Amino acid sequence: MKKRDFYFFVVPSLLMMFLFIAVPLAIVFKQSFFITQNVFEKVEVETCTPGFLKQICETKIETKPKLDENGNVIEVSVFVGFENYKNLLQINKFKNAVYNLSLNEIEKINFWKAFRFTISFCLITLPLVIFLGLLIALTVNNLTRSIKGPVIFISLLPFIITPIIGALAIRWLFVGEGILTAILEYLMQKDIAMFANAWTLELLMIIYRVWHVAPFAFIVFYAGLQTVNKEILESAVIDGANRFERLRYIIIPHLMPLIIFVSLIHLMDSYRVFEEIVAFSSQAYVISLQWLTYDFLIPDETGNRLINRASTSAMLTMVGVSIIITPLLKRTWEDYREGKL
Amino acid sequence: MKIKLFLLGIAFALVSNISWAGCGFTNVTEVRSLSNSFDAWKAVTEAMSECGNVTATLDSEFKDKQPDAFAANPSLYEIGGVSGSTITPLLNAGTIRPLDDLVAKYGQNLNPNQLIKIDGKIMGIAMSVNNQHLMYRKDIFDNLGIAEPKTHDDVLAAAEKIKAANVVDYPFGAAYKSGWNLAEEFVNMYLGNGGEFFGDGNAPAINNAAGVKSLETMKKLTAYMDPEYLTSDSTYAQKQMQQEKIAMAYLWATRAGAMDNAEESKVVGKIVMASAPMGDVRPASTLWWDGIVIAKNISDAKADAAFKVAMEGLDTEMVTANNDDAVWLITGFNPGPSAAGASATAANGAAPYPSGSRMGVMHTALGNGIADFLTGKKDATSALADIEAAYTSAAKEKGLM
Repeated sequence: MKKRDFYFFVVPSLLMMFLFIAVPLAIVFKQSFFITQNVFEKVEVETCTPGFLKQICETKIETKPKLDENGNVIEVSVFVGFENYKNLLQINKFKNAVYNLSLNEIEKINFWKAFRFTISFCLITLPLVIFLGLLIALTVNNLTRSIKGPVIFISLLPFIITPIIGALAIRWLFVGEGILTAILEYLMQKDIAMFANAWTLELLMIIYRVWHVAPFAFIVFYAGLQTVNKEILESAVIDGANRFERLRYIIIPHLMPLIIFVSLIHLMDSYRVFEEIVAFSSQAYVISLQWLTYDFLIPDETGNRLINRASTSAMLTMVGVSIIITPLLKRTWEDYREGKL
Repeated sequence: MKIKLFLLGIAFALVSNISWAGCGFTNVTEVRSLSNSFDAWKAVTEAMSECGNVTATLDSEFKDKQPDAFAANPSLYEIGGVSGSTITPLLNAGTIRPLDDLVAKYGQNLNPNQLIKIDGKIMGIAMSVNNQHLMYRKDIFDNLGIAEPKTHDDVLAAAEKIKAANVVDYPFGAAYKSGWNLAEEFVNMYLGNGGEFFGDGNAPAINNAAGVKSLETMKKLTAYMDPEYLTSDSTYAQKQMQQEKIAMAYLWATRAGAMDNAEESKVVGKIVMASAPMGDVRPASTLWWDGIVIAKNISDAKADAAFKVAMEGLDTEMVTANNDDAVWLITGFNPGPSAAGASATAANGAAPYPSGSRMGVMHTALGNGIADFLTGKKDATSALADIEAAYTSAAKEKGLM
């Protein structure tokens, strides 16, 4: 391809990425170092609201935002450096908690509570997704041709379901009056409340996520299995390698780039775990970093929202994702330089 | 050909469905409304639609859209459905108009009680009042010889008896879902115990005896609730009551009508609506209202049409047809047994919800912080101290302190 044609093809995509990714990112980055406030004034207001039979009138000093001459709310932005980050991370409290080696103390700080769950969620689901994906791929690969199609179709279903719908389905199955809870209660002869403990909630979230993402790993690995060199496999059989050895020394090394690819995608996705928290209404027990950002961003009934803190939280999430995928990127880069890719 | 006839038939059926019979005039101006989605709003917006050219958006997350939609010029909606709390951002931003002229022109049927006045100017028209109160199963209470509970201690004693008798899954239910709902329960308890939320300069002032007592009462109640109470919103508690899973609940007056709806309730005629239990000072409940506002950033002609349409939605005809959907403030309302709890709560002196910008921040901090006490992660004082700290940091960021 000529250089000119190449640019012709990539420019629209680059432009879109600049407009919809780079620019918002820069704005969020800037916002995380500022505080945007309304200018409030105290005014005495008489408010009359309906009582039951007659009105209740109260005169109170209220704090109200000032309006400019055009009737718009006055907003001021002040540069505050790392103030937002300090507020969110609560470094001093965190240091004390670490010094006391108290997980309980750490869990009392929202950011670190969310971080603890998010990171353990990523690291626990990752091997399960890879293992289960590989297992399904190998099984399907060994099936007779006639039933392969239907099995692949069924295995892919969990991945097709919209995440929030899938999570809600799990909730309805396991909630106090849910059908699976009822069966479990009947079998174990005791009252089960899956949504009343942090650990049962986390377990459900992990099971749900693995169920949801394993098909993606499966289909990628299955595609990879079609390109394994049959001759090498046959010669390995002649040399006396058993099934496990063939897997260990031929198939897995062959699939390695794909395993890294699936891990990258999965880590990036699961670090932004969110649907599970909302669908399970778990915020009393378990919260994630992405949920924290959402919670800052959503306005309360009187219209306040913490846009700067939400920006800060979003930036920290991005930094977190970058750190967690660095080892994998490094490995891919090295493979690339050594000419393996 | 047959298909064409069929479609024509459908078209006629649709057109004739939009009968102008319920409306005194034919509206020709486009009127859009955005409101919450509970039954009362369904009734009101349907009555408004009878005038024609009305598009009603009913959305339980309306509060996330409303401030920005009304700030647009021209406003994206002419009519807004608000509550005592969600009117605040519109008032603060000055995006709703005073209604004194329109009330003089078209508001002959309004009660003085319906006019929301801010500094003497009418800024909204209320249609109904709402508060949380006690609902209990008359049959169970009679069988066990329990009298109507008047205080939280009575409620706890009754719960203990019901638990011992083992007649329902859980004696008690309420909307304790972490977040807004849970905070509302604390606000009710705390005001009932005579608490004040703020000190000088908008500083938080909840870490006191009334605060601790409120939290402890809440925790005692949770012992008689479904252990998954932190995920239980009003609808969940309502269903528990309707399906005979619980024997009493603190629930919104808007949920009372559903108890006697035979299509979804197994307890028709068995539920008594009673006052919210007394705290130290007043009932543990807050008074709310729902009503309409008219956008500022629209032409006067449009505002005129919108207000006329709204008056049709809030007329006696609508109330007669939907009497039990809310505790209406509109003439023609016939307070039945389902409104008894709400009126007893108000009569016992429940306070209005103390809405305002700072209360919004406080409500959020409470909603996120109380669960840690209920789950045993923190004791009452440190939970309240952490809520105060969360409030302070958010209020400073917003410029309130």
